[in-house]
Amino acid sequence: MTALLTILIDGVTYASWLFIVALGLTLVFGVLKILNIAHGSFYALGAYAAASFVGWGASLKLAPSFSLVAMLLAAVAVAALVAPLTERGLLRMFYGRDEVLLVLVTYALFLILEDVTKLVWGANPYYVSEPYSMFGNVDIGTQSWVGYDFVLVAVAVVVGGAVWWGLNRTRMGKIVLAVIHSEEVASSMGVNVSKVYALAFSIGIFLAALGGALTAPMISVQPGVSVGVIIVSFAVVIIGGLGSIEGAAIGALIVGLARSLAVHTWPVAELFSVYIVMAIVLMFRPEGLFQRIQARKI
Amino acid sequence: MGRHSPGRLFAGGVLLIVLLVAAGALMPKWLTFLITMAASHGLVSLGIVVLMRGGVVSFGQGLVFALGGYAAALLFNKLGVTDALLLAAAGGVVSALFTLPFAPLLARYRGIFFAMLTLALSMVLYGLLAKVDVLGGSDGFNMGRPTLLGMRLPDARVGYVMYAVTLSVAGLMALVARVYFDSTRGLVSLAMRENELRVEYLGGSARQAQAINYVIAGFIGGVGGALTVMSLGHIDPNFSYWTTSGEFVFVAILAGHQSVFAVFLASTLLEVVRSFSSLYFPNTWQLALGLFLLIVIRFVPRGLGSLWIARTGKPAREAT
Repeated sequence: MTALLTILIDGVTYASWLFIVALGLTLVFGVLKILNIAHGSFYALGAYAAASFVGWGASLKLAPSFSLVAMLLAAVAVAALVAPLTERGLLRMFYGRDEVLLVLVTYALFLILEDVTKLVWGANPYYVSEPYSMFGNVDIGTQSWVGYDFVLVAVAVVVGGAVWWGLNRTRMGKIVLAVIHSEEVASSMGVNVSKVYALAFSIGIFLAALGGALTAPMISVQPGVSVGVIIVSFAVVIIGGLGSIEGAAIGALIVGLARSLAVHTWPVAELFSVYIVMAIVLMFRPEGLFQRIQARKI
Repeated sequence: MGRHSPGRLFAGGVLLIVLLVAAGALMPKWLTFLITMAASHGLVSLGIVVLMRGGVVSFGQGLVFALGGYAAALLFNKLGVTDALLLAAAGGVVSALFTLPFAPLLARYRGIFFAMLTLALSMVLYGLLAKVDVLGGSDGFNMGRPTLLGMRLPDARVGYVMYAVTLSVAGLMALVARVYFDSTRGLVSLAMRENELRVEYLGGSARQAQAINYVIAGFIGGVGGALTVMSLGHIDPNFSYWTTSGEFVFVAILAGHQSVFAVFLASTLLEVVRSFSSLYFPNTWQLALGLFLLIVIRFVPRGLGSLWIARTGKPAREAT
């Protein structure tokens, strides 16, 4: 019973930050039709920026609760600085090209950002432990859980809800949906498609950076954090169906639970449990769980 | 280039290989090693080109690269098979056999899904290899020096002999690939790239073609892996890691799907860029590689092969 609870809570915690990251990935794919390998690098940037911001806050003798604000600011800063630079300066040149070619463009971006983060932050790990202990512990039965984990789940729910609401209940969101559906028709109706691209990309990067900032207290922030995240969040969006919010949520839960099941029952399988689940889902639902069927070209 | 018959093609290919092997005797050691690596890695990318001609790209060819490499290294260490040619062939056969059961499954997928599923497969292998202690875990293990046709290879000559073996095998595979591309089945793949549904209406089977291409790509990649490990003398799970696969895809895209020769040219170019940037910018060589990638994709989008093969004229017939 306790074991089951452990698996469940670990899985859901893992799923919550993963959902935030994958949501960004799926949004960028939905609008720009780019499967962004560099997404993990933006996650890493968010984590590094959070480490720096929290560090500055501490050196300025600000209240510990400021570190939460610092983490949010870090994500905003990454989105505001890096997203326009990449979208306007780089991706723009490649719009409309083959999907696989675009994947390679983002792969190149990933390589570049990998070294850039090393140049800026060095190769030594950073630790941001203050926020992790801020919410105390929660006792359930005989086990004790870190309060921060539950806060993380709540944040994920709020973020997911906000994105869903923004897309389905606001004017701008409907415009974005129109662009996802057909860029050409939307543009002939007077939608500024290029602006929508920039917006969607910025939000996607913000979500990646936010995921990174929120997990920074739980991990040691060091070179290489981006790599693992890319592949896992890919698995999530592939399982859920590319471009679907519900899909990202379900996919994150499936991946989170599968991983924590593996960690607690068969640790050897931790590294590849995620891919096995993905392969099984794709075997039965080739387009993912929530993907609409697309017409074939004759 | 231009008109060619199979006979002339073979003569030209063999001549090129002989010239390169002869030239290798005059090259400094670092250069022969670089070209050896370029040729053995190029084989894996050649496998991706086989798939690319059918309109799909595998992001997980590290799978067969690792399979071929581990097969050769294990045969050497555990069973005492030491012949370089035999090990190369064994690497290919093991990889092809391994991909066989997955081929019909993967043949159902296209585009990004095919890419991601192949990537998942390679990462499962990576996870397994990193955890199995018998195989050295994430450190991998070393492999001794191969022999050639019963001859032991002395210190001074082993690099050059492996260079000659790798170039000959890679050249042979390249020629066979060219013949395959121009065969009926090879042309069906090319038609799939244009429009799969039409291929089906004309009585071809797109799935069958893709499944066969996947196994062929597995074989070629396995040979590449075996040749690589023989020259390196070491293998570790990174052979199957996704960044390794990414480099193979990059070479395939850089080469384009039109020319076999371009694959090896692209592979050499990548090795040159990699060694020079790790020599001159040791801390930022990934950055240099990324920039190089971007420049290539921006300015040579259809690959190096498109530089000397015109697109107009008969699209189905292409020169080497």
